[in-house]
Amino acid sequence: MQVQRWTRTSRWFGAAFCVLVVVLAFVPLVFDPDIVQKLTTLLILVLLAVMWNALAGYGGLLSVGQQAFIGIGAYGTVFFAGQGISPYPAMLLATVLAGAISLPISLFALRLRAAQFAIGMWVIAEVISIVVRLDQNLGAGTGISLIQLNQYEPNFRQAYTFWLALAFTVIFLAALFFLLRSPLGASLRAIRDDEDAARSLGVRVAARKRLLFVLAGLGCGAAGVLIVANTLFIEPTSIFSVQWSAYMIFMVLVGGLGTFEGPILGAILLFAIQTTFTQGGPWYLVGLGATAALFALLLPRGLWGVVEERLGLQLIAVGFRVVEKKPDA
Amino acid sequence: MTIVNAVLQGIFLGAFYAVLACGLSIMFGVMRIINLAHGDLAVLGAYATFVIVEQTGASALIAFVVSLPLMIVLGYVLQLTVLERSLKAGILTPLLATFGLSIVVQNLLQLAFSPDVRSLGGSAGTITTASWQVTSGLSVSALGLLVLLVAVLLFGGLQLFLSRTRVGWMMRATAEDADAAELVGIDSRAVYARATALAVATAALGGLFLGIRSVFDPVSGPTQLIFAFEAVVIGGMGSLRGTLLGGIALGVAQTVGAQIHPQFAVMAGHLLFLAVLIVRFGGARLRLRPV
Repeated sequence: MQVQRWTRTSRWFGAAFCVLVVVLAFVPLVFDPDIVQKLTTLLILVLLAVMWNALAGYGGLLSVGQQAFIGIGAYGTVFFAGQGISPYPAMLLATVLAGAISLPISLFALRLRAAQFAIGMWVIAEVISIVVRLDQNLGAGTGISLIQLNQYEPNFRQAYTFWLALAFTVIFLAALFFLLRSPLGASLRAIRDDEDAARSLGVRVAARKRLLFVLAGLGCGAAGVLIVANTLFIEPTSIFSVQWSAYMIFMVLVGGLGTFEGPILGAILLFAIQTTFTQGGPWYLVGLGATAALFALLLPRGLWGVVEERLGLQLIAVGFRVVEKKPDA
Repeated sequence: MTIVNAVLQGIFLGAFYAVLACGLSIMFGVMRIINLAHGDLAVLGAYATFVIVEQTGASALIAFVVSLPLMIVLGYVLQLTVLERSLKAGILTPLLATFGLSIVVQNLLQLAFSPDVRSLGGSAGTITTASWQVTSGLSVSALGLLVLLVAVLLFGGLQLFLSRTRVGWMMRATAEDADAAELVGIDSRAVYARATALAVATAALGGLFLGIRSVFDPVSGPTQLIFAFEAVVIGGMGSLRGTLLGGIALGVAQTVGAQIHPQFAVMAGHLLFLAVLIVRFGGARLRLRPV
């Protein structure tokens, strides 16, 4: 018997992923700005799905309030840019701000269980949204533009934003990848599979969950930054909307809760659905909600869970697998 | 005098929140799950009443009585199709499934009734407008009194139901330990279905009051869910009497908060909720005992 991490498939896929990132980096130089904007949206969805999965899939923390950090990232960018900081550094600051705010929130939110945590986070998002609405300098209820980005020529602006989105996505995917491969990763998977059992074996459950919570705070903050950079305008009702949580839940449930590849697959699917049914509209959301509920009930590990189970396929080497050693000839 | 009036109006408002929260509290007490579609079911109930009023021209109160059996059947169906399956699948599945359901209900309502705001106020008769001026700054509305009276009767009735009737005993036994209850011949499936039907019926009552007190639209549900959940948590999860008091505490916090600044009303309720969570974090315990 032998324990193996990399397989032939995951090696190839790892290489293919690196090539893909390099290819994507050239997209703004080749394609039209509207295609670049669409791809930026896809990267934002990937980032959101991966972060929500880090919380729910590995930490067992189902949050309906991650839009709090999306909003902090977006409004943080506008705020810092308004203070005279150049827009792109302001975006980095806003991301850090979202992560910094997630830390004190985690001190108390992580004490809550299941529904208390889910709705507790939702209320926190509502509170932050009300605070933003009360601030005239942030446009109060009517919204605000990131006018400082207008100093760049539109094509360049779209390209910069896309590169930032690509960088954020790669950084957060890599962070989660190395986190899961490190000794910490084994304890995170143990918490995912059985929290009480993990605790009884000496896993510091609270500290691990805090790590995931802050990572997700940073990641969702980064997504918020990208949203304002991509659309140039935000208003509290939409940026703090619980709809973001609905999208995240859909992507992760359909793709595969608690798998590394699943949320990425889910994000691509949601993106495909969104670009096909551009009108959006109620039927589209009915379909989204019903699909999420059906997956939760019937296929809790999502599409990728099925692929993994049936084919034993693992594209990203975050797990361990036991292989029978060939008998010596 | 304004603060006394604010507290009084808060009690009336809080009684409404308590009615909304009642079903959430029952389902948590019996099954230990939170139905994230609860607010949307309340709004659905309001629309059901609204349709009957539109079609027949009847008073909203009578229309509600007609719509109630439909909502009870809906509760049964909901339990047998969605919730029963999710109960077996771990702690997160009921939340995920009911969140999906919530989006479905909101958007189906959107399709059926357009995003326009509706109200049941006009069709409920003089009760919506009648009020007594006690002193210059203090007024008591008939509607507020009615909601408070109904809330007290509802919670009192539920306590009697749980402590005095056979079905109520079965519900408490299942809440304490479903497996042990099965051993003595209680069909937990039936108990759960009854609890959900009861919860949906009270949600519809909450929806009726929502429609009479103010206005609603297809996406009013999530806000009602948040207020209902806050009432449940403030009062102590799993305690029915607590939910009534929690609702009233939430209502008073909101009306007193509004005295500070109109936009601070909802915020004050949220802050009370978060403060209670901080003081009592993780202290969820099952207490579905009679008073």
